[in-house]
Amino acid sequence: MTTIDLGLPNIGALDGVPTTDEKQTAKQYTSDNEVRWCPGCGDYAILAAVRSFLPELGLKRENITFVSGIGCSSRFPYYMNTYGMHSIHGRAPAIATGLSVSRPDLSVWVVTGDGDALSIGGNHLIHALRRNVNLKILLFNNRIYGLTKGQYSPTSEVGKVTKSTPMGSVDYPFNPISLALGAEGTFVARALDTDRKQLTEVLRAAAHHRGSALVEIYQGCPIFNDGAFDVLKDSEEKERRIIPLKHGEPIRFGVDKGMCVVREGLTLAVRKVEEVNEADIVVHDETLEDPAYAFALSRIGEHNLNYTTVGVFRSVNRTAYDDLARNQVATATASKAPDLQSLLTGKDTWTVA
Amino acid sequence: MSLDVGSAPHRDTEVRKLDRVVIRFAGDSGDGMQLTGDRFTSETALFGNDLSTLPNFPAEIRAPAGTLPGVSSFQLHFADYDILTPGDRPDVLVVMNPAALKANIGDLPHGAILIINTDEFSKRALQKVGYETDPLEDGSLEPYQLHKIAMATITRAALEETGLSKKDAERAKNMFALGLLSWMYHRPTEGTERFLREKFAKKPDIAEANVLAFRTGFNYGETTESFAVTYEVAPAKLDQGTYRQITGNTALAYGVVAAGQLSKLPVFLGTYPITPASDILHELSKHKNFNVTTFQAEDEISAVGAALGASFGGSLGVTTTSGPGIALKSETIGLAVMTELPLLVIGVQRGGPSTGLPTKTEQADLLQAMFGRNGEAPVPIVAPQSPSDCFDAAVEATRIALKYRTPVILLSDGYIANGSEPWMVPDVAQLPDISVRFATEPNAPDGSGEFWPYLRDPETLARAWAVPGTPGLAHRIGGLEKADGKGGISYDPDNHDKMVRLRQAKIDGIDVPDIEVEDPSGEARVLVLGWGSSFGPIRAGCRRVRGKGHNIAQAHLRHLNPFPKNLGEVLRKYDKVVIPEMNLGQLALLVRARYLVDAISYTKVAGLPFKAEELQDALTEIVKGV
Repeated sequence: MTTIDLGLPNIGALDGVPTTDEKQTAKQYTSDNEVRWCPGCGDYAILAAVRSFLPELGLKRENITFVSGIGCSSRFPYYMNTYGMHSIHGRAPAIATGLSVSRPDLSVWVVTGDGDALSIGGNHLIHALRRNVNLKILLFNNRIYGLTKGQYSPTSEVGKVTKSTPMGSVDYPFNPISLALGAEGTFVARALDTDRKQLTEVLRAAAHHRGSALVEIYQGCPIFNDGAFDVLKDSEEKERRIIPLKHGEPIRFGVDKGMCVVREGLTLAVRKVEEVNEADIVVHDETLEDPAYAFALSRIGEHNLNYTTVGVFRSVNRTAYDDLARNQVATATASKAPDLQSLLTGKDTWTVA
Repeated sequence: MSLDVGSAPHRDTEVRKLDRVVIRFAGDSGDGMQLTGDRFTSETALFGNDLSTLPNFPAEIRAPAGTLPGVSSFQLHFADYDILTPGDRPDVLVVMNPAALKANIGDLPHGAILIINTDEFSKRALQKVGYETDPLEDGSLEPYQLHKIAMATITRAALEETGLSKKDAERAKNMFALGLLSWMYHRPTEGTERFLREKFAKKPDIAEANVLAFRTGFNYGETTESFAVTYEVAPAKLDQGTYRQITGNTALAYGVVAAGQLSKLPVFLGTYPITPASDILHELSKHKNFNVTTFQAEDEISAVGAALGASFGGSLGVTTTSGPGIALKSETIGLAVMTELPLLVIGVQRGGPSTGLPTKTEQADLLQAMFGRNGEAPVPIVAPQSPSDCFDAAVEATRIALKYRTPVILLSDGYIANGSEPWMVPDVAQLPDISVRFATEPNAPDGSGEFWPYLRDPETLARAWAVPGTPGLAHRIGGLEKADGKGGISYDPDNHDKMVRLRQAKIDGIDVPDIEVEDPSGEARVLVLGWGSSFGPIRAGCRRVRGKGHNIAQAHLRHLNPFPKNLGEVLRKYDKVVIPEMNLGQLALLVRARYLVDAISYTKVAGLPFKAEELQDALTEIVKGV
């Protein structure tokens, strides 16, 4: 894939958004709305991470906007002391697209869930990613419909017994990372609500990416999908299962880093380090233009979380849709001054005296 | 530019002066009839006649050749006075093949001129459309002034020297027909020749071939003596001013550009291609230099969503669509009602329900615009009455959207979207200032220094509009019910009741001008009430009724929600109120419910506009019965 060269200078991730030298705090990013998620909900941890991470960007708080759809996660904007819109089910990427394209001075964040983003709003999500609209999309994936009280979602595992599937669900789930990569996503990452440090790192990387950044966040729902991610919290299990990605480093994990990822044929596989040639261990490169590598990474592990890859899968440069669209308006304006009278009059007129 | 009327010599034919003429070109979808009609229209506009056009074409891009569903036609009415419709029945019908003859002959009055391209009248072509005998030979066309011309053959022969293939040469036969008609009606020809050279600038041989075919047609009239008479229609005595020709969709696009300039806001068009609205997108995408961004979305929902997102950011958010698209946008329009953000929704109506008749006209989306949302979600509705009026309607709809912070639906339709007429070019300096003021300071009445997004202007009931980026005014809006004033989420029963009523009161209170009645006699006892594109046919019908010595009054609605304040009073003055509509009585339903007036509904849903003749008959009957 090549970067489209339109003579646009390399635009920095946060260029155009006004900054401030004032020291900001998480408290300033806290609105006076009472947070009303259920006790134990993973959303609290994500909210806390976002509130404490945003100050480090040094942006003027009024130039940050959160747009959400519908669902538990979509209440998020109400709890942020920034501008925000809690919109309608699935449409946040569409609404945020109009806002982002028309306002280069805003940092626009989308908060969505697995039902909101992947079910009712699937179309908008893939097209926002394809266009590379300058949005930071946080996809809270709890693998269940929470707000409607517990139906299976498009990321629920096959066979899931819920209120709407007493005999078990029969539809095959999406892998959000694979989906985002297939949709030409330029920045695709995964984080866990329970790992504040890793979540913050991913959020930071997303904020510094110009274009669409999709961050899938595994998020626990203690009411309707309790324990879904327990194996990733358990101190012993998580070491065996979580594969952290670090750009430029060999992908090793597990007890004493005894496990690794190697190429095998056309795909990637998990092997014991002792059984492979050390030179064969894949060194993670998030900047590869060809999405096949990142896609292969996203296929490691089953839906049962036997392995879970976290971190930045892909981060490549492709001029953001916003910049291209605005460049056309600027180019048109530079080449032809707006003259309304002349437009309305046109070329062929006649006069009645 | 100079008008070269008569610059080509006319032989010594009889020149008959007419006050008006209706011409219809009809052929196969691939025969270029729309282009032919467009060019004749441009020639006629430049000559200074008043005119009105009716393109009529199938939804298929290339329906099977030579079939009835594949027939495409273009009707043009031009006159030396102000006319109101594209005409009921053609005075001249030009047909390029048997299918076009069969589909259109029923509309041709006896004695009218019928010009037929005989080359397509093979036995097979005749059978394809069910002619058992050849109408050129069987005497069935005797009631008409028939001119049989082998247009394809003559065109091909004329272009022999050009080296074009037989097929390419024959394709220029529509220009032959245009040339002939241009000769018959003394049209200026220079514009068409220039147009052809520009259109085919990259294929100069094709350009010259078309010019040659055009001249061949013109000369055919001049030299063959098969036409004994030519016709003159003098320029119309319209109001003083500079005029141009314009279609409804172009006028809407210009109206949106103007609305952006007059409001001093960037325009953001979010849209998805749909017939018959797509041309608005095509036009607006050419005018990005007016700070217009066009976003072709992945679907109708995204289109309106992006427009609303841009409105949230302080742009003029616009979306354009047709009936099925309005259906998809309903939920987002409801969000715009709830968030009280300005949004211009342009609906170019077509035949429905469902996919319906994509290229035909209808007025059956009024109730969808009025009520097609969940909850109590009032939306103002504005409707243009003619192609050029689309410009003013777009500016007016935007004015309301910005002043009252509300989505506004503008209802055009396929008839005026594609139809054209002369437009007196407005003086930009005379257009209204519709600029808005964003909130820049905290406004809390309790002195807390907070910003209350739902604090209202006591006069308009519009809420304070602060755009992201404004320091100190950060707030959250959304689809959940908000507390009056302060704007936090509120589930309080009394607050909801109050907010529902406030949103309704805001729309009900919009400053809509009073409706005016046209009744030259001042003694009419019957009022005809219409809306939207049926203005022309209704006015023409009323003129004819009056011409027969009856009194009749006409009033036409631009604002359908809210209605003008004086509407009820006006309606009650008449013994009878007649409401003609291209639906099953949607305005009649609203009027009857609102004013308890026993309106008579006169309806037609044939995909074509009313004819003045049918309205004349229907109205005369009612007037006589009073």
